[in-house]
Amino acid sequence: MTPFTQLQTIGCPLPVANIDTDQLIPARFMSRSRKDGYGDYLLHAQRFAEDGTPRADFPLNDPKFAGAQVLVALRNFGSGSSREAAVYALADYGFRCVIAPSFGDIFAANSVNNGVLPARVSDADARMLIDLLAEHPSIQIDLETQRITVGNHVVDFTIDPVWRMKLLNGWDDLDLTASYAADIAAFQTRDAKARPWVSTEGGD
Amino acid sequence: MSNRSETPKTLFDRLWDTHAIVTREDGETLIAIDRHFVHEGSHHAFAKIAEKGRPVARPDLTFGIADHYVPTRNRASGIADPTIRGMVDKLIANTTRERVHLFGLEDRRQGIVHVVGPEQGLTLPGLTIVCGDSHTSTHGALGAWAFGIGASEVAHVLMTQTLWQRKPKTMRVRVDGAFQPGVGAKDLALTLIARIGADGAQGHVVEYAGEAVRSLSIEGRLTLCNLSIESGARCGLVAPDGTTIAYLRGRPYAPSGALFDEAAEHWLGLASDADATFDRELVLDASEIAPVVTWGTSPEEALPITGSVPDPATISDPARAAQYAASIDYMGLRPGMALSDITIDRVFIGSCTNARIEDLRAAAAVLAGSKASVPGFVSPGSSLVKRQAEEEGLDRIFIEAGLEWVDSGCSMCVGMNGDILAPGERSASTTNRNFKGRQGPGSRTHLMSPAMVAAAAITGKLADMRPFLAGRTAQ
Repeated sequence: MTPFTQLQTIGCPLPVANIDTDQLIPARFMSRSRKDGYGDYLLHAQRFAEDGTPRADFPLNDPKFAGAQVLVALRNFGSGSSREAAVYALADYGFRCVIAPSFGDIFAANSVNNGVLPARVSDADARMLIDLLAEHPSIQIDLETQRITVGNHVVDFTIDPVWRMKLLNGWDDLDLTASYAADIAAFQTRDAKARPWVSTEGGD
Repeated sequence: MSNRSETPKTLFDRLWDTHAIVTREDGETLIAIDRHFVHEGSHHAFAKIAEKGRPVARPDLTFGIADHYVPTRNRASGIADPTIRGMVDKLIANTTRERVHLFGLEDRRQGIVHVVGPEQGLTLPGLTIVCGDSHTSTHGALGAWAFGIGASEVAHVLMTQTLWQRKPKTMRVRVDGAFQPGVGAKDLALTLIARIGADGAQGHVVEYAGEAVRSLSIEGRLTLCNLSIESGARCGLVAPDGTTIAYLRGRPYAPSGALFDEAAEHWLGLASDADATFDRELVLDASEIAPVVTWGTSPEEALPITGSVPDPATISDPARAAQYAASIDYMGLRPGMALSDITIDRVFIGSCTNARIEDLRAAAAVLAGSKASVPGFVSPGSSLVKRQAEEEGLDRIFIEAGLEWVDSGCSMCVGMNGDILAPGERSASTTNRNFKGRQGPGSRTHLMSPAMVAAAAITGKLADMRPFLAGRTAQ
């Protein structure tokens, strides 16, 4: 995975709470293979009218925020389902970071597993960033120092320290797990004796 | 198991300790996974392991279920839509190649993963259970640590039968007292979510306890734990007790004979110590809970049926006022209107939340002898639930009321199989999410219990089910 250290980009404000995963990627698009790309489906109902034309009043369609790699929203971003396609849609569209006061737990884990930074700020800071970006859409993210800079304003963000290390180094869990193969095997032998009822042999 | 000389432990502490393989210096712990359910949507994860050239590590602990995309009508004639058929075919191909047992379309036990797991005894107390579906929290009703995971994590479990986790915080929700007649798990869950918010339990494992929770059947506990994720909790738990043991005895995949008794003794020892502490505690009184409906586009936007749509103009927090105004606009409602004045177009009884036999009985008790004034359908949680309901004659009550009686699957809860509402249509639904577009583009969903959906079907409006039960026996 590509390590995430710093980002200097356009930030797109989305002053909405409870952006759930059904909004991020409607279920009907999820049968696609990842290599076909999910970016076109991101926030589909919000971005496009029923006839398929872009809604001019939606921030993602505003030319001022074209090329944005950071999205700033209100509380409970990514709540709902476990669909990793919600992150595929954000990442394939070009987003590398989402800033919000709170995130769905599964969404946040999925983000980190795809190199997308879920940066947590206070409610007040999220609203301030949204107001600032509406005027000056340039934003800087530093994961090392956990700081967001817009113009003269600097805001600290929080992230689980383990997730921060994963993102900074571009680590993949699977590489890490491989070095514990012996521990896993020993556990399984031990556990089969301690909890023999876990076996599914009796069924079917 | 419990040892009084040690620090008091919660149920979750015990589950964590039993499954921790190694803990790194930074606190990350490698957790052993006991059960892994995969479905049509798991195709991304199977593609990932194929890319790595790695097999499924423990096919004996992995089970496939066709539920998310399956048709609910005319199954015998096959699946007409080539994309949807492709999703089911892909699941068949992936599970066959990896020697994973599949409860497929032709299997008499087919159904929704979170109904079939407990029904078959695959879900047992004390187990770790994962699935690429957020409603995996359901299985916590039997005292299992069960949570939804994303495709990268599904791939990791397929390849290693483990996951890296950080110990979550714990929260206990104690519900004292007794429910009013006809009020139950769905009303409790929606009341709780409205109280703490749809992100209120993020980062926590929630243990439900207290007299009212103990009084719930396993079906009710499954509904309660199912909705944990709608308050932000990845996992909900109820400590195993006599009700749990009685439910599990004789299930096909549960242990049998002396091994069952040995397991049951272990399971009953999992409960939180009386003096165990939780990071957060919340106490509710069951007798104060009324039948609840959602009015907005988040499960936190829920109120007793006797209430009214909030008026954003009277809300002091501007962010909250804006959220409510947007929800009211999407839902096509007026601020201040009585919830019981909201007319509906359709009803849906189904999903992993509320389509077990007890749910169908509760809906049928209200509907019996009446006609529905709107169209709608009933999709049982599993093919075995469907058969049992037919043996009890419940199917005839629904059909005579004018509702369609269809096959089992996720159906109109998520709309992946094509069971959707038309844009702008409004449903009374026993499902779990009232998100914008959840039941199809432009759809409007009101969540409530099966009995409340039945009452709405009769009146064509959101309605209090309690008068319908007057003079009848609930369930």
